[in-house]
Amino acid sequence: MVTLNNPSTLTPLFQALDEADSPLKILQAVKALAETRDPAVLPVLIRVLAYNNPGAAVAAVDGLIAQGSAAAEALLDNIDDYNYGARAWSLRALAGIGDPRALDLLCKAAKEDFALSVRRAATRGLGGIRWEQVAVQECSSRQQQAFEALDHCRHDPEWVVRYAAASALELLGAALAGEQRDALLTLLAAIARDDAERAVAARATLALQRLGA
Amino acid sequence: MSSDEDFVPAEALTYDQAIANLRQPDDPGLRYYAAWWLGRFRMAEPEAIALLIAALADDLDRAPEGGYPLRRNAARALGKLGSVEAVEPLIGCLDCDDYYVREAAADALGELGDARAIAGLVNLLDGGIAAAVPVEGKPHLTQPYAAILEALGKLGAREHQGAVEAFLNHAQDRIRFSAGRALYQLTGEARYAEVVAAGLDAPDLQRRRSALMDVGAIGYLPAAERVAATLAENSLKLISLRGLLESALATPDGPAGAIAPAAERVMDLMDSLL
Repeated sequence: MVTLNNPSTLTPLFQALDEADSPLKILQAVKALAETRDPAVLPVLIRVLAYNNPGAAVAAVDGLIAQGSAAAEALLDNIDDYNYGARAWSLRALAGIGDPRALDLLCKAAKEDFALSVRRAATRGLGGIRWEQVAVQECSSRQQQAFEALDHCRHDPEWVVRYAAASALELLGAALAGEQRDALLTLLAAIARDDAERAVAARATLALQRLGA
Repeated sequence: MSSDEDFVPAEALTYDQAIANLRQPDDPGLRYYAAWWLGRFRMAEPEAIALLIAALADDLDRAPEGGYPLRRNAARALGKLGSVEAVEPLIGCLDCDDYYVREAAADALGELGDARAIAGLVNLLDGGIAAAVPVEGKPHLTQPYAAILEALGKLGAREHQGAVEAFLNHAQDRIRFSAGRALYQLTGEARYAEVVAAGLDAPDLQRRRSALMDVGAIGYLPAAERVAATLAENSLKLISLRGLLESALATPDGPAGAIAPAAERVMDLMDSLL
């Protein structure tokens, strides 16, 4: 899965980032590092999240998501040390990876973060958890935790967070069965009926349609 | 994370405080903020509407250059409150000597959607683009053309298509885009929407952002993929696509109650930007 590069092929890429003296050169250097898919670049991609350079951060987030669980582990190991901006970007990366070890963090960010772009990404991330990576005996209670967080998010004052909740409920619904699934379908039906924002109600209707309800 | 993506909560007021602040004559700052607050939080109470209409004639709050700040905010607020009683007083504001009051009134009249405003708005286009020139010493043109053109589009002023069309040749991007927006709303012809959508590829970020808002406002579905691919913040692309989605939902092309394919396509793009 992972192709380990010879260290000598990475060195010039690290050097290019160190020597980059404009936002564009930083972006190009980060993209080149992200494209290696090499675990050795993870610490550097994570450091880029703190650069206050949105273009480079987006490229670093893409590179981190592409490395999946290895990146999630590196992100989770350092999360408390990040400054606010870096923390927001790392949450976006974790939301895109779907590693179940990030579930507690994503639930909290989806419900409480003051930045709507972080709540939006974390909310959507709750729909992308890789449930096959969760131990069978824990799966149902962890899914319940994600469901309850989404039930909270559907009251967010920002329409786009509620939209993300409807979209995430569709993904979560595909993984559920029995009573949990019924409760989720009931919640989607309530959103489709009650949300004053047409886009949110429509997203819930689409979710119900796709879940065959 | 860019700060403009994120919502900064407004200073908390209660409805009663806002009304009291608007009534008192001594602190113009409190009145100005209260007027804004009543609109932002959609306080469409008869008392609030009456006070805001009265504020359209306020003479106490004067800007150093001679403008009427409270009138501007009152006009903007009234546009959000959907009250029919505000239409005639707002039409009166189109003659105010403060450019920004005229601009706020034109925006509000477009929002209120009452065709009585058409004649007053069209009057301000007199002289066509030859008259649409900068005012000496000011950062604006003789009239708030963008707001006027957009309002005429929203009001469906088809009989004035020619007057609007003239502004497609104006030197300023902002005014050409507003004319394109309005003409698309008046005629439904794609060539006008394309004038607006062309801004999605502009080299300048501000222009791309403004094109995103324009394309969303007219709900131009053929631009959905281009909106999603525009180099700008996801939050703005999502707002733009919401406008497209609303337009797809308004014209269902499938069985009743089901989500139309066009709407589903827009939602898939939105999902990819969350």
